[in-house]
Amino acid sequence: MSVIEMKLEREVTADTIKIEARKVQVHYGQNHALKDVDVDILAKTVTAFIGPSGCGKSTFLRCLNRMNDTVASAKVTGSILLDGADIYDPRVDPVQLRAKVGMVFQKPNPFPKSIYDNVAYGPKIHGLTRSKAELDEVVESCLRKAALWNEVKDRLQSPGTGLSGGQQQRLCIARAIATSPEVLLMDEPCSALDPIATAQVEELIDELRSQFSVVIVTHSMQQAARVSQRTAFFHLGNLVEYGETGTIFTNPKDPRTESYITGRIG
Amino acid sequence: MTDITEHALLMPDARTKARNAAERRFRAYGLSAIVIALAALVWLLISIFSAGLPAFQQTFITFPVTLEAATLDKSGKLDIEEMKKVTTIGYGKLIAQAFEAEIAAKGITHEVKPKQLAEMISEQAGAQLRDMVLADPALVGQTITFQALANGRIDGYFKGRVTMETAARDKNTSPEKLALADQLRDAGVVAVKFNTGFLTMSDASDKRPEAAGLGVAIIGSLYMVVIVLFLALPIGVAASVYLEEFAPKNYWTDLIEVNIANLAAVPSIVYGILGLAIFINFAGLPQSAPIVGGLVLTLMTLPRIIIPTRAALKAVPPSIRDAALGVGASKLQTVTHHVLPLAMPGILTGTIIGLAQALGETAPLLLIGMVAFVKDFPGLPPEGLFSPSSALPVQIYNWTQRGDPGFVERASGAIIVLLVFLILMNTAAIILRRKYERRW
Repeated sequence: MSVIEMKLEREVTADTIKIEARKVQVHYGQNHALKDVDVDILAKTVTAFIGPSGCGKSTFLRCLNRMNDTVASAKVTGSILLDGADIYDPRVDPVQLRAKVGMVFQKPNPFPKSIYDNVAYGPKIHGLTRSKAELDEVVESCLRKAALWNEVKDRLQSPGTGLSGGQQQRLCIARAIATSPEVLLMDEPCSALDPIATAQVEELIDELRSQFSVVIVTHSMQQAARVSQRTAFFHLGNLVEYGETGTIFTNPKDPRTESYITGRIG
Repeated sequence: MTDITEHALLMPDARTKARNAAERRFRAYGLSAIVIALAALVWLLISIFSAGLPAFQQTFITFPVTLEAATLDKSGKLDIEEMKKVTTIGYGKLIAQAFEAEIAAKGITHEVKPKQLAEMISEQAGAQLRDMVLADPALVGQTITFQALANGRIDGYFKGRVTMETAARDKNTSPEKLALADQLRDAGVVAVKFNTGFLTMSDASDKRPEAAGLGVAIIGSLYMVVIVLFLALPIGVAASVYLEEFAPKNYWTDLIEVNIANLAAVPSIVYGILGLAIFINFAGLPQSAPIVGGLVLTLMTLPRIIIPTRAALKAVPPSIRDAALGVGASKLQTVTHHVLPLAMPGILTGTIIGLAQALGETAPLLLIGMVAFVKDFPGLPPEGLFSPSSALPVQIYNWTQRGDPGFVERASGAIIVLLVFLILMNTAAIILRRKYERRW
């Protein structure tokens, strides 16, 4: 796919709202971790969440695929609509939701299985493929999309944990997109990687935008500026500012945003 | 300046010297502790093996016996029921005659009174021969080469347990008999051979240490270990997985956790009382049966499996759970596909060590009647699980209580057998752990 085509596609779909969050509050026991967050995440866009440690950006990200359900003390209120449907509706099964909203974690966490099995796991448990040949195809296309195919095509049966850090993270991305999600959540995906691997993953994120809505939490403001089209700045559990990445970085409205991106708070 | 620095480095100050001395002392303590432990272990093994290895050798007296039809099958119809009426005493007389004839045939002169000659052969020999004949009635009328167990004193003489001096003071034997035994050995009638009977025969009465074997005890222990494995492993793993992965963390689960830790520390004899009250008195299961022993040992082993299993589950990195949940695996899929396989080495090690402890446990089995004298082999499962049986550690305990020194040797031999089983199980645990250990 050429760069021009990608640009066209982005322009066509840039205004579709994929996730609509309203008045989202998260409590961890007594701790009020997230206060009244309203965000619209657009389809086929990279949205970056930035902010100092403990500001609630990862918490909010984990609300989007209900990973907070696994934390016993966490309580989420407010509404988060995915394509207009409330994902916190009691009828929603978080297991199905997570197939639609994939996640990549801070530390590369491939399963201690073969590279092939890592990617094939999601399609297998969701019954997305009918035959071995079809599964092979899915694995290959996901590894290609994750820019890993050429490096691992000769050793698909070797363990995923034997890859380098950057390769492992791309394997995790391939695994996340293998269930054909619509949204891809990334929680500081490059914080454990060296600069070269980071550059590869960032390049990959830019390519993934053509098919998925990507939400990325990052500590690196340069990274947010490089990969995202929209940026949300969180501070002490509040969403301080949300808008076009360029605007946030060059012309922030809120003094707290300005202080953070110029390095005065954080 | 440099001179001073070098000088200070070359001369350790008093504080450094004191610290180094403390370290040297600590190493010396550690080393001496290990040396003491090893010496104790070596001493233990030497004493067990020197006392127990003779149990794997046995003295046999081999001579031809004519199975006279006139004595053994009076009806002449080879009817088993009729033939069963001839007791072991009847066979004993045949053996005594044949033994005397054999000594005469070899041309051996001796000072043993003819009446006492038969005392050199084990009292068990009659039963041995009777079992042979009843198993194969066609033998009647033939002359067979019979390999009889020698009396425990004769056996002890060849193993150095009995000497001419002790025999002179012993009313069960005499120096004359020992002298005859020496002659018979030279004539090839008496020989010391490997004792397969020690592993296959059942227990024998106080006067017949030479006929006592571990067969029933090994089967009983095997049945119980299998019961424990099939009950404690699934229950223990299920309980651990539930507590570790599914149960909410609240007051009740904390209480359960504390209680499991306490149960692991409860003296094993308490489980025996529990088993007696519940399984025998309340549920009405038979006494001395492997099923009851297995159930009691299961109760005892459960906390000892749950604790290492929970530790193994805890040791699985949470990132693996996140990864599985993140691609939409359900909680149970996360556990069965990822967490359990990764925890498996730890679970297997914990289970095998729990089983090994159960195998060596004596106290609870005493209370449920497994210390009883059991002569008959339990059948095949499932019926065999309900028939009386013994167990290896209980058999050892039992034999050490008996008067005849032959049983001391048997008890030590049984300890060797038990140790071999325990070492095999621990080796299996190590091999399994090595095999399934994975990096992440």
